[in-house]
Order: sequence, then structure tokens, then C-alpha cells
Amino acid sequence: MSATIHGAATALSTFNSVDSKKLISPCRTNLPARSKRCIVAGSDASKRSGSRLRVGHSQKLIPNAVATKADTSVTTGTGHELLLFEALQEGLEEEMDRDPHVCVMGEDVGHYGGSYKVTKGLADKFGDLRVLDTPICENAFTGMGIGAAMTGLRPVIEGMNMGFLLLAFNQISNNCGMLHYTSGGQFTIPVVIRGPGGVGRQLGAEHSQRLESYFQSIPGIQMVACSTPYNAKGLMKAAIRSENPVILFEHVLLYNLKESIPDEEYICNLEEAEMVRPGEHITILTYSRMRYHVMQAAKTLVNKGYDPEVIDIRSLKPFDLYTIGNSVKKTHRVLIVEECMRTGGIGASLTAAINENFNDYLDAPVMCLSSQDVPTPYAGTLEEWTVVQPAQIVTAVEQLCQ
Amino acid sequence: MAILFARSRNLVSILRQNLGLSTILTRRDFSPRPFVFTASQLYSTAFVGPVSSHRHESTAAEIHPGFVQQSDEEDVQELEFPGGKIGYTSEMKFIPESSSRRIPCYRVLNEDGQIIPDSVFIPVSEKLAVRMYEQMATLQVMDHIFYEAQRQGRISFYLTSVGEEAINIASAAALSPDDVVLPQYREPGVLLWRGFTLEEFANQCFGNRADYGKGRQMPIHYGSNRHNYFTISSPIATQLPQAAGVGYSLKMEKKNACAVTFIGDGGTSEGDFHAGLNFAAVMEAPVVFICRNNGWAISTHISEQFRSDGIVVKGQAYGIRSIRVDGNDALAVYSAVRSAREMAVTEQRPVLIEAMTYRVGHHSTSDDSTKYREADEIQYWKMSRNPVNRFRKWVEDNGWWSEDDESKLRSNTRKQLLQAIQAAEKWEKQPLTELFNDVYDVKPKNLEEQEIGLKELVEKQPQDYPPGFHV
Repeated sequence: MSATIHGAATALSTFNSVDSKKLISPCRTNLPARSKRCIVAGSDASKRSGSRLRVGHSQKLIPNAVATKADTSVTTGTGHELLLFEALQEGLEEEMDRDPHVCVMGEDVGHYGGSYKVTKGLADKFGDLRVLDTPICENAFTGMGIGAAMTGLRPVIEGMNMGFLLLAFNQISNNCGMLHYTSGGQFTIPVVIRGPGGVGRQLGAEHSQRLESYFQSIPGIQMVACSTPYNAKGLMKAAIRSENPVILFEHVLLYNLKESIPDEEYICNLEEAEMVRPGEHITILTYSRMRYHVMQAAKTLVNKGYDPEVIDIRSLKPFDLYTIGNSVKKTHRVLIVEECMRTGGIGASLTAAINENFNDYLDAPVMCLSSQDVPTPYAGTLEEWTVVQPAQIVTAVEQLCQ
Repeated sequence: MAILFARSRNLVSILRQNLGLSTILTRRDFSPRPFVFTASQLYSTAFVGPVSSHRHESTAAEIHPGFVQQSDEEDVQELEFPGGKIGYTSEMKFIPESSSRRIPCYRVLNEDGQIIPDSVFIPVSEKLAVRMYEQMATLQVMDHIFYEAQRQGRISFYLTSVGEEAINIASAAALSPDDVVLPQYREPGVLLWRGFTLEEFANQCFGNRADYGKGRQMPIHYGSNRHNYFTISSPIATQLPQAAGVGYSLKMEKKNACAVTFIGDGGTSEGDFHAGLNFAAVMEAPVVFICRNNGWAISTHISEQFRSDGIVVKGQAYGIRSIRVDGNDALAVYSAVRSAREMAVTEQRPVLIEAMTYRVGHHSTSDDSTKYREADEIQYWKMSRNPVNRFRKWVEDNGWWSEDDESKLRSNTRKQLLQAIQAAEKWEKQPLTELFNDVYDVKPKNLEEQEIGLKELVEKQPQDYPPGFHV
């Protein structure tokens, strides 16, 4: 389903699947008709046995894997400016308008609008049954979402903070990820599980969890992390339309990012990484909030004469090894910057994947900058030291490029 | 649905009296009267009629918080608190941990298969009764044969429902085919009733090519979307919040159906039980929770599982209407489940049924229950409190069943099962591709790679893999 080439170098030349760029041909048709057609196209595409690429949905819309700089509009339309949480809300609202089966459940998502206001106004518009306030039990409302999904709804389950979803681990791992498989394909679970995670501003250890590292092994789920209003909306829409369970990781500190996004409807491909800044000297792989630390470091690096290529991997499970591979082949040096802990984080898996697949192309060992294996402390100074800072990134690049 | 009257008592009037069933949307006594009903509250209840207005009542603004009101009729003083008015007393009284009398269980047939005089129940036609009995007997034979097959090493695992046939079949008979069933694992009878064939059961146990689960789950983890029977998942009680979700989904789509979910006595200790019931109550979801209280959770007796009077008393704690029923009495189970189902659908509320029974068999083929309980106890329940024999007596007394029918049914079923097992055993297993399918809707690159890698390995060294293992 990923539009990527995964495998050793030799496999690339023999891979005869459709080039991902060719697939993203914009198709401008009327919006309502387009939406209808998209559903059909999507399901057909997945049923065609020859099709290894599940891009049915994105075939008719304008998926943009290659992100432009944050402040330029990607289409000819004027676009509109909004904050990241508003982009998420817009995506969610559009999907709820489009498909009456989409519903939202979580704590305080209804009239309160969600603790980060992502569901603001939705309860007034769609009713308090479709935007459901649940009692406090993460395992229960996640289980509820799974049951509803197996009966035909498309729930968007919100964890007030990603860390609380640890309580839902049983339902996510044993049921969400597994039931499509163990039922022999009889039941699908098209849920989206989303919520804010990551290290915030002095929220304490329990509210600063990076759950992507815990969930990455669960078979049957997909994980994506959004980082800009553009990809937040696009990924939200794509996740809702996906037939697989998708976990969408948002970051507490990114909700107020402002950007201008297109007026036209678009979705982002769930399995593609985003090229933030093309370059020649080194590949920096990152996601979520660390993207901004990397870009800040990139400014310094450019002044010092380096040309880093920055890729926001976006898809945490599965990795977009096509984009990453192409980059590694160009630059031969990789630096991974993440917020996860050192042990068992996304960086650890990514390092292993790169070493396994692109070993021949590396001029230096893959370096990974992550948080230390400590619970996130409350004190501001201590907390700052647990998160990778731009200065560290600059030093690491200088070291790698020697 | 027309509620028929049995004997001399009027079932509906009884229910009306006890439960206020006369109005479909009965106001609960302790629901607060809203002082203010804002326009937005009225608007947002558009999706499901007046029922959802209840959800807003407790959030409606109270004009005078803390104001002590006195009604004119009696000298009852009440306080305003979030959630409504509460009377107060200056007498310090603790609610006792248990009531002096246990909640009685509802029963229609006595041990000799005779209808207890003046019982209230929904009558069962000859056709239905005979079908129910046949299925109970079939379930017995199926359990016996599959258990033996496991002992012979032909299947790896099996779990019987011996002693709980009445719960299995009578509850299934009381439901409509549209009702979505979320089982725990001791309810194959429900699937049997709905039309799953003995061959299909055998295929799942053998995990062969014809298994709908494609060989991915242990034996007895049946699942069939055609029969509205969710695939069984081993962790206990995970199906309860999912049932709340199914109920929510049915409510959203305004279907004439409910979710029905089963749990054992041990499963009610799981957090999911409490959350699932609470959620269903708050959502006003049409869910029927059926708890099979069979006395044992593997080796844990119910006295070590909870200290309450069983499970039925827990219903009220969540605001759920509940009933305790004699689970070995097929007619009682039928009436209770049928009524509960109607209540759930028409009133859009959850209902809890505690069916008292006994687990005659071992927990599973991995268990030897004589190690932790008396063989006499097992014998007693097997012989004197057998639900199948009890129902059989009633059916026979009505002249609807004979010894001849009995022996024919059992021998035919046995033959069919043995043939099904033989066929299922011979049927080839799933090919290698099924290891990687259905993890996602479409196989991603990494799984394709892993599949190719494994295929190559097997083709290179076929002698290392079992015969009949094919890619």
C-alpha cells in the first residue's frame, strides 16, 4: 500500500510499479462529484490484486507529498490562513460533512470542543450523538470505537493526551490491530485514534509521553505524525478515509502554528514523507515538532556553508523508504532527529531500517539524536535538556560532515 | 411486537407495575427537572428524538444552586447538588454492604420440567420449542465430539459449554438475526442457532482453508459477519465496551436491532465490564449484557471473585435495569432475553441479565477442574440440574418429542460431526500468503518483502518445513 520502494539497491531498478510522482496528477473536477468518485475509486483500487499501491483515494484529489515552504500556497487559489488545530478541525468537519458515518468520541470533545479545541463547534453542528462526550475510560471508549467501526461507522477517537491512551493499549493492540486479521478479513476497523503527545511546556512526565515508540510494533495499525497545518488537515482526511486503523500523532506545542492552506480539497498520502528542504550534504530525518528545531538549525548550517536535506518522515509506520532511500543515495549521510527516547524509539527503528537497506550508500554511521531515557522532568531547564535543541543538531551535522 | 399473555397473569401489566413500561420514555424518578432548556440544547437533540434530551438535563443550568427547597406536600427537605435534588437526613446511616435477602432469580420450569403455577412468561410454540431442544442437544453432541477430538490430538484446543446449553440456545432464540452478538467464548450455541453449520465449526477448529478466519485464530474463536457474530478475541471483557460501541452505531443509524454481549462471572472483575456498562448507560445505547454466572473462573470460585450479591446488583450502580434469571431454565432465559431485547430497542437503553448456571465441564481442554472442585459437585449439576434434560421433559410432556426423535437426532448429529471432522482434517491448510494478508487492507511494502523472503526460504529448504506446507 505504500507508494515506496522498499528493499536493497538492486531491487530498485527492477521495481516496475508506478512512479509515485506520476500518480499524483492533479485532477480538477467538481468537488461533490469528485468526492463520490473517490470512494469508489479507492475501494476498486484496493481490490485490484495487481495494484500494490493504495493510492485510490489520492488519485482523484491533489495529494501533495512534496511540501512547499510553509508560507506559499500550493495551488492557483488564494488559500486561507489558519492555525494547526483549526486545520485539523476543518479536515474533520469536511469529512463529517462528506460521510455521515464519521463520528467523534472522546472526553470533552462535545460542547467543550476538546481540550485543544480541535472539535470546537462540531457538536453544535452535528449533534451530541455524533460528537460524543464519553465517561473517563480510555480503554472503554477506544473499545467502543472499535465496536462501532466493526458495525460500519468511522469513529475518530480522541485521547485527551496521548499518554492516556496507554490505558487503551489492550484495545488498540489486541483488537484494533488484530481483528481484521483474526476474523479472516470479515471485519474492518477504520478508526482514527488521535491526540496530542510529545513534550510540552512543563506538563510533567505523564503528560509528555511519546507513544509512537510504544505503538510502533503493533501489527495492523498505521501511524502518522502531522507537523504543519497543511499536512495536519491532509493527514486527518486521509486517515479518516483509510480502511485501516490509523493513529495520528499531534504535538501539544504545534497547535497554534499558522499557515496558509489551499481552499480546494486535498488529502495527504498516509505513507509518504515530506521533503522540507532539498539539499546535497546530509539527510536529516525528523518528524513532528523536531522539524522546526531542525529547520532552525538548518538556517545556522546554511550560514556555515552546509546544505542539509531535511525530510519530515510523517509516516511513522510504515516508513517511506523510497523518499528516504533516494535522499540517502544522494547525500550518503544521515542524521535522525527525534523526540522519542533513545531506547526503542522511532529513531532506533529507522536507524535499523536504513542500515539494513542502504548500508552501501552510507559514508558515515547513521547518527540519531533523541531524548534521553528519562521521564520528562517538570523543571523548565531540565525539561529543555531532554529535548534535542538546534545547537545539538548543528554540532551533529558538523561532526558527520567532517 | 405483541406481548402474549401466559396463564392467568398479564405480563404487560406486571411489567407496567414494576417497571413503568407503559410509556416508552419513562422519566426516571431522580432525573433532575431542568430549569433552563436553551435553544441549542433542543437543537442538538435533533438526531435522536426526545431520548437524547435526557442527556442534557443534568448539564442544564440550575438557577439556585444550594438553595434548600421545600415541597408543599410533605416536610421533605432537599438540597441542590450537581445531578439533582437530594433529600437529607440527620441520621447517620450506612447502606449495608449486602441486603438481607439475595435478589431472587426468575424461573418458569421446575427441575422436573413442569411449568411452575402462576408463572409469567412468553409462550413458546411447538415449532420453536422443538427447534430449541434440538439445538441444545446438538450443542451437547458437538461439545462432546470436539472435546474427544482434542483429546485424540486432532485439534489443539477446545472449550465446552456443558451445563450452559439453555443460556446459549434460548438467548439466541429470543434475538432477531439483525441483533449483533459480541460473544466471550462460551457461546457457540448462539452461532449454531443462527445457522453456522457443523462443518463450519469444524473448519474453524482445524484452521483449514475453508475457515472464515483463515486459520488465524485458535479453535473456538468463531466469527461470522454474515451471522452478525463478532470474531471472538481472547482477552476477557474487551467485547463489553465494543458492545457499547455497536449499540451506539445502531442507535445512530436508528436500526431496529440491539447489541447483545456475553460475559462470565470472572469477566465482570475486568475494568472493561464497569466501563462498558457505564458507557452503555450514559449513551443510552441498546445493548443487552448477558452475564453467565457459572460459579467458576478457571479455578477461581465466585466467592473469590467478588463480594457483592452476584452481578445483578451491579446493574443499578450504573443506572441499568437488571434481572437475575435461572440460566438452566430455557423458558425463563427465553422470556427474559426477549423482553430485554424489546426494552433495549424500543427504549434505547442497556439491560443487564445475570443468568445463574454452573460450568459442568472444565474451563477448557487445558484444565482439569477436579483439581480444585469436588467431583460430587460436578456430578450433581451434570445429572440433577441439567438444563437439557429439564427442557426435554417439558417438551416431551407436551407430546412434541419422543425417545425415537432423541436417538435419531443424537446419532445423526454424531455422524455428521464425525464426517465434518474427517473432512476438515483432510482439507489443506492456508497457504503462506495468508500469513501476510489482511494485516492491512492492502499489503504494504515491508510485508511484501517479508513474504518474498519467507517464500524463498521455504523453497530453498523444503525439507525443513512440514509436509503439506505450501506457499
